[in-house]
Amino acid sequence: MNGTAANSRAASTVLALPSRLAFIRSEGFPLIPSLILLSIMLVAIFAPVLAPHNPEVGVLGDRFRPPAWQTGGTADHFLGTDHLGRDVLSRLIFGARISVVVGLMVIIVAGAVGTALGIISGYLGRWVDQVIMRVTDAWLALPALMLAIFLAAIIGPGISNIIIILAAVWWTRYARVIRGEVLSVRERDFVRLAVVAGCSKWKIMRKHILPNVVNSAIVLATLQLGQVIIAEAGLSFLGVGVPPPQPAWGLMLADGKKGLMAGYWWLTVLPGSCIMLMVLSANLLGDWLRVKFDPQLRQL
Amino acid sequence: MKKFILKRLGLAAISLFLLSLTIFLLIRISGDPAVLLAEPGASAADLEAIRNQFGLNRPLWVQYVSFISHLFRADFGQSFYYRTDVFELYLSRLPASLLLASAAMVFSLVIGIPTGIIAAVRVNKWQDSIGKIFALLGLSMPSFWVGLVMILFFSVYLGWLPSSGSGTVWHLVMPAIALGWVFAAAHMRLTRSSMLEVLGSEYVKLARLKGLPEALVISKHAFKNALIPVLTLAGVNLVIMVNVAVIVETVFAWPGVGRLLFEGIAFRDFPVVQASILLGGTMIVVVNLFVDILYAVIDPRIRYEG
Amino acid sequence: MTGPLLDIRRLSTHYVSARGTRVTRAVDDVTLSLDQGQTLGIVGESGSGKTTLALTLLRMLPPAARVVSGEMLFEGSDLLKKPEHEMRRIRGKRIAMILQDPMMSLNPLFTVGDQVAEPIRVHEGTPRRSAWNRATELLKAVRIAAPETRVREYPHQLSGGMRQRIVGAIAISCEPRILIADEPTTSLDVTIQAQYLNLLRDLQRSHNLALIFITHNLGIVAKMCDQVAVMYAGRLVEAGPVKQIYNAPAHPYTRALLESIPRLGDGRQRLTAIDGQPPDPSAPPPGCAFHPRCPKVMDRCRSEAPPEFRATDTQTSRCWLSAPAAR
Repeated sequence: MNGTAANSRAASTVLALPSRLAFIRSEGFPLIPSLILLSIMLVAIFAPVLAPHNPEVGVLGDRFRPPAWQTGGTADHFLGTDHLGRDVLSRLIFGARISVVVGLMVIIVAGAVGTALGIISGYLGRWVDQVIMRVTDAWLALPALMLAIFLAAIIGPGISNIIIILAAVWWTRYARVIRGEVLSVRERDFVRLAVVAGCSKWKIMRKHILPNVVNSAIVLATLQLGQVIIAEAGLSFLGVGVPPPQPAWGLMLADGKKGLMAGYWWLTVLPGSCIMLMVLSANLLGDWLRVKFDPQLRQL
Repeated sequence: MKKFILKRLGLAAISLFLLSLTIFLLIRISGDPAVLLAEPGASAADLEAIRNQFGLNRPLWVQYVSFISHLFRADFGQSFYYRTDVFELYLSRLPASLLLASAAMVFSLVIGIPTGIIAAVRVNKWQDSIGKIFALLGLSMPSFWVGLVMILFFSVYLGWLPSSGSGTVWHLVMPAIALGWVFAAAHMRLTRSSMLEVLGSEYVKLARLKGLPEALVISKHAFKNALIPVLTLAGVNLVIMVNVAVIVETVFAWPGVGRLLFEGIAFRDFPVVQASILLGGTMIVVVNLFVDILYAVIDPRIRYEG
Repeated sequence: MTGPLLDIRRLSTHYVSARGTRVTRAVDDVTLSLDQGQTLGIVGESGSGKTTLALTLLRMLPPAARVVSGEMLFEGSDLLKKPEHEMRRIRGKRIAMILQDPMMSLNPLFTVGDQVAEPIRVHEGTPRRSAWNRATELLKAVRIAAPETRVREYPHQLSGGMRQRIVGAIAISCEPRILIADEPTTSLDVTIQAQYLNLLRDLQRSHNLALIFITHNLGIVAKMCDQVAVMYAGRLVEAGPVKQIYNAPAHPYTRALLESIPRLGDGRQRLTAIDGQPPDPSAPPPGCAFHPRCPKVMDRCRSEAPPEFRATDTQTSRCWLSAPAAR
């Protein structure tokens, strides 16, 4: 027991972190998942530099090449090609861009809208609360995927449409949880003091309530990221998400299905593994955040 | 008890109303509803005819009333593709989806509940860690990918199971596992946390203080109490399964309502899409109501609280 | 049978934190004994170790806790040395316990009758019908009106006072020798408390029970108990007959506790509180744990923890003031 204390002290002197990053040293911090997420984001940002080929154009003569380590594969297309001769590695790299953009945008927009409405609903109460909650409940009655499919069928495919649709479906989850938090924060003394001091409702909501629920919003956002990405993949798979020829991972899976029966495994396993890796990392990070920020959030 | 049922019925009715209203408004907001309601490739004249037929120029509330009255008569229109009544079409596909969902539910409970109980009883030991990993994987892998990988393995490489269609039990195995996988993880998590809560409760403590053998404490006192939330969730999840099976049914070409929805999207058959959503949502509300009442039957406390 | 019914000698129970870094001495070197038919009150503030002592007795400690030393002799044999299946036969049957919150102690999904009959069926193998009848009789014994109807009802249909009686019925169902009551009246209304205490006393007399009463309420101890043991920071600081200790407490903590009870007509204008706070159980002060708050503190108290002294023939006190030389 004394040994571990000495070891960790030694380790922290070797890796002297600035104090704001010190949480990385804390117990149970999911280092690998965070690094994975960071890498995916970096890949997304630097996609044009990293990708060896154009992801949307392929040489038909080169179709269905297996990855380099199998017979018939070449180093030029390290992870093989798809049914149109497009390089899988490049498509995966640019696909990261789509997943990251859609994922982040959706949770930011849904988070902002949902948190705002949750705060308004929870703090103002009475009929505002009733209206917002009834709408939220009606929205939540349907599984997210169904509602998203319906909206996609009406509005049509496209990246910005997808972001709007998914955000429109997901904001309700935030609103519910944040409202619950607000109901308890509202009763705390510093809020009452602010009311007594004569602050306007909006000021209270902004200055006092918001900072106290932001933690929950962040935890929820991280936990939802995985689901959003799976939803986007699902929509793309069904053909109502990101439209071809963009290399969304879900779309790659749909294309991959064409070669499945012939045994062209890399077109299915590789994009799916990317999805899984990203979702798994987001979930692990979200779980750690949840435990760290507030054990009471365990019901999320 | 009666008051309880009536109250729940009322809430269900409100949910259904809001659901129909939401769908109705969404369609109207999306731009030109006529385009949706007309068959693909309609001309401007056709669109005008559609507008008149559906009264799209009338005030919104009038349209809504008309909408609702159609719904009450189970009139969901005609499918563009199949040229038959949509409602009948949906009903004809429903049994297949229910079969798939039931199989998936059985799978998810058979896997989820025992692992959850073991994880709770052996909390923080290695069995619990395995359970947690399993739950995490379940929630991180998209169900359709699980399906695709299974096809790769069991159909293409091993040739054991058929990759699509329905008809025999063997056709059911992979889709049921693909669909049930995510729910197995969710059920396991809920069983575990519910069981942990119950194991820490005062009445379990008292049961141990009474000198009851641990096996009896777990099987009689803990089990029944812990299972309540799980079964309620399972009931609700069954219907949700039917609805989210879209993708799995598409992957495996399983002839259920999910596949029907996919066809509706692929063929731009809007009446089918609309009906799938409305009927799916209605099923969920109805099942929620049913489960709530069942809950009250099992747990005597609920009856008197309402 | 010679000797006391229950003989606890130098018992210590420690909690070890998850990483093994903090040790909390929840029960520290406690020696107590209890004779048949006696009532012992264990008094102390929250965190003094009273409940841990009770749980140790029944070997129902959470995994983080460990009995570090001592013996617990029940009817002559050491409970600490018994295997689990023997302990199980003792729990509920020979030593029973009542918990504080009756709403939470009863399983909401089973009828009252089922729960009262359960220990009878498990410990004595009694068939259902007769166990059920015994349950009804037990409800009568704890003075519940209309027991035949009540026995079929669920816990939430009964009031708090009735539920606590049911818990009492469960406890005496197998005719135990010792009944431990852990703050049994804390969650009851004041008007119900007196009734319940009378019930406990009558049950004790009719079943010849030894009663261990764990409480922070000195008034209840005065009313119910023959002997009292005062705990502070896991240690037993004073023990002896109730009347003697209440009249002439030997330990400054006991004296302070007694003085802090407001009494009408004693002429005081202000409530006498004890200065300071109870110590952090995982980091008690050196020497005597009470010394930071003690009005009679001496230098010795700060560095050396006092052992138990005989203050009088029947009273023990863990205080340097009671050391033979000091008197």
